Amino acid sequence: MKNTFIGAPVERREDLRFLRGRGQYVGDLAPQGLLHAVILRSAVAHGRVRSVDASEALAMPGVRAVITAQDMPGGPPIIPMRLQPLPDFKPFEQPVIAADKVRYVGEPIAVVLADSAAIGEDALEAIAVDIEPLPPVTDRATATRGDRRLFEKGNTALVFNAVRGDAAAAFKDAPYRRREHFKTQRHYGLTMEPRGVLAEWDAGAGILRVFGAAKVPFFNRRILAAQIGLPEAAIDMVENDVGGGFGARGEFYPEDFLIPFAARHAGRPVRWIEDRRENLMAMNHAREAEADVEIACTRDGVILGLRGNTYADMGAYMRTNGAVGARNVAQFMSGPYRIENVDIDVTLFMTNKTPVGTYRGPGRFETDFFRERLFDMVAKDLGIDRIEFRRRNLVADAEMPYRLATITPFESKDELDSGDYQSTLDRCLTEIGWNEKQKLQGQLIDGRYHGLALGCFIEGGAAGPKETVKVALNDDATFTVLMGSSAVGQGVETVFAQIAADALEVPLERIREVLHGSTAYVSDGYGAYHSRSVVMGGSALLDAVEKFRAAVRAEAAKRFGCAEDAVRVGDDKVTGPDGRTLALKEFAGTAAEGFFLNKKHTWTYGAHAAHVTVDPKTGRVEILDYAAVEDVGRIINPNTLKGQVIGSLVQGLGGAFLEHLVYDDQGQLLTGSLMDYLLPTASDFPNLRSVTTELKPSPINPLGAKGAGEGGIIAAGGVVANAVANALGDFGVEPRELPLSPPRVWEMINAARSAAVE
Amino acid sequence: MPTRFEVNGKAVEVNVEPRMTLADCLREVLRLTGTHLGCEHGVCGACTVLVDGEAVRACLMLAVQAEGRQVTTVEGLSNDDDLTPLQKSFRKHHALQCGFCTPGMITTAHALLSEEPDCDADRVRDVLSGNICRCTGYIPIVEAVLDARAAYRKPAGDRG
Repeated sequence: MKNTFIGAPVERREDLRFLRGRGQYVGDLAPQGLLHAVILRSAVAHGRVRSVDASEALAMPGVRAVITAQDMPGGPPIIPMRLQPLPDFKPFEQPVIAADKVRYVGEPIAVVLADSAAIGEDALEAIAVDIEPLPPVTDRATATRGDRRLFEKGNTALVFNAVRGDAAAAFKDAPYRRREHFKTQRHYGLTMEPRGVLAEWDAGAGILRVFGAAKVPFFNRRILAAQIGLPEAAIDMVENDVGGGFGARGEFYPEDFLIPFAARHAGRPVRWIEDRRENLMAMNHAREAEADVEIACTRDGVILGLRGNTYADMGAYMRTNGAVGARNVAQFMSGPYRIENVDIDVTLFMTNKTPVGTYRGPGRFETDFFRERLFDMVAKDLGIDRIEFRRRNLVADAEMPYRLATITPFESKDELDSGDYQSTLDRCLTEIGWNEKQKLQGQLIDGRYHGLALGCFIEGGAAGPKETVKVALNDDATFTVLMGSSAVGQGVETVFAQIAADALEVPLERIREVLHGSTAYVSDGYGAYHSRSVVMGGSALLDAVEKFRAAVRAEAAKRFGCAEDAVRVGDDKVTGPDGRTLALKEFAGTAAEGFFLNKKHTWTYGAHAAHVTVDPKTGRVEILDYAAVEDVGRIINPNTLKGQVIGSLVQGLGGAFLEHLVYDDQGQLLTGSLMDYLLPTASDFPNLRSVTTELKPSPINPLGAKGAGEGGIIAAGGVVANAVANALGDFGVEPRELPLSPPRVWEMINAARSAAVE
Repeated sequence: MPTRFEVNGKAVEVNVEPRMTLADCLREVLRLTGTHLGCEHGVCGACTVLVDGEAVRACLMLAVQAEGRQVTTVEGLSNDDDLTPLQKSFRKHHALQCGFCTPGMITTAHALLSEEPDCDADRVRDVLSGNICRCTGYIPIVEAVLDARAAYRKPAGDRG
């Protein structure tokens, strides 16, 4: 039975529970004897902790314990980095709880365990914390001045350098150069479900069970085992339904130690559910970057080189994946373009703000804004059509694999795998109706200026080194698929059922369940990041099916008394050389683990175009039409793919227009609620379209799939900023900073008008 | 305080602190965990339930205020046999991903369509703009709600 579930718009199996309120998120679990944890967080951005006195809180009825750094002999454990764990970063890593110094508003100081969360919150106010304030560092100028130090080593963690060719030589005699300064603002991968951890210590069995695991449970188990002094096998990380990931959920945070520690300390189950204010100040922030970047071109628009200095605000500590976004700002400045000479460094500096981590499209959203803005300025300078400028510089399919700038000191080498970048650009022009709409550019119609823009992007996926999937045949002839990667809402249960049904040649219903995310399922797992689950896990699933068949053949060969390769498995039957057959379900209990090993990345690519209007009286930008064209190599489920594109695009537009974590000069977060931190709503961006293609399957995996979770967000900022510049071309408005909030756009228009009058 | 009200058609009696929200009462006391808490300050809409048929944020209402009222949660808008037409439409249009905002979307959409089964796309967007979704970009949710309108229209003979 040959199936074609891959590529079909199969409705999701996850939906049946979510739509009926039957999902089970960590906050929905309430075992007998549960204690509620509430965390006291620093209200001071930078200071020395003189004392923490919890005696009054401990005397309150219903308060069972208060945990501080004093309860951790040898000092609080340090959270190691997961990605780019360079020795240079060690001094900047975060302790799980503040001992002698606090470095951001929101840093944990004490954990209260109480009979209810409300009692715990009451008790927070009874804890006397004495902190000697130190002058805070909240911006790059202060960080680099040197008189206020977060750490003994200073405020600079590291400088990465991205190099290809010889930029100095390329710039030396270049006929045209332009240098620009751009900024993206701090915002983050806010998930609708705040984080949560529930831990149970089974003293009899010596097992620690940690619920609420997400994204990278196997890695987090390694960290926790080392910190808490248990073998990995004594810890079960259990994934429940996860209300959104976006890169931020599921990394190892201080609470991922504190709650299991508290459960052992109290000898009772302990649950901590983050509230939204905590989430805004404790979950990884992202995206705060600046670029001084210079381009060199020929007069006919061939890019000769790109160089510059960029800066990434890391916040107060180097967290598990804190270096990724910064590194990417240096490496991906060139995007999908042929730039033979690159020399870009990025300085990772520390401030008294919430530490950063990855947010969907890390470093790429930022660089696409920098690069695509710069390109429109350059095209205008050179008098070349901005589409033609891009065309002349896109990497051609014949040049694949195309090497990207090499990053040092991590010696990270990477190359684009495949793609027809011109064709997605062409398709995007057709989709948006570029030729017909060109005449609207800069026109004032009914009080609003019209603008048009297009940008090209690449999206990395398929991070290695490995993924593991197990396939098991059940007694009722159904299959269970168990995977090492995780679900964060992207629909892996459905997508993996599709891949499994095709590979096993059985109806979709025969894939009884797809289990994921918990450490008990497979021998090893990596997780859901870098748009890798389908590429890595899907390929591992194909291997698991091969190995499952081999295991059945081996067993059948014994029963038939023949050679293994004389056995055929197919159509629910196992057939021997003499025509004897056994039903496949005779082999119930057979299971096999498969793997996929990979050191290369897949590169999804495409182009986005926008048609916007700008109201000069209010500064409000409206998107009239937006086309996102993306080639993903191989489409597994067009529904979930479109969901990824449109969903991430709206997040990108949130970053372009709305979302901003604002701090004052004392390091106080001013946007501590959803009244202040603005997210896109249903009425903001109704006119978006997604087109996905399968022009160039990835050559590096058997599915031909490429990552598809991040493309929507990457191009958004650059495209809409260029559309605003295009609309306001007569004023000479050139946005160099996000977000394009109405006040900022209005100010740019007014500044341009004032300058024109003077 | 002892408080009596109806949840999903069943009479309940709870003894709660006056400060307990209706959302916490539903989740922690009655163990109806389909109602989700995304912000606890009335912005995100994940905790939306129906009180006497009207969409209400359960995080902004105290449990004691439910005295004598009829409360309906997402569980009450569901059945074991099959998805309802509204739920089917959400599934068909891929109007959910992580599922966390979904109960609030379903209750809000149900309240809207029960009152205004002929509402247009702008009205749907306007009403749903009080519910935050971080995964879908909203477009498929709006399509799902529009597509479910027919199921809420009374047969022609019943009108008026």
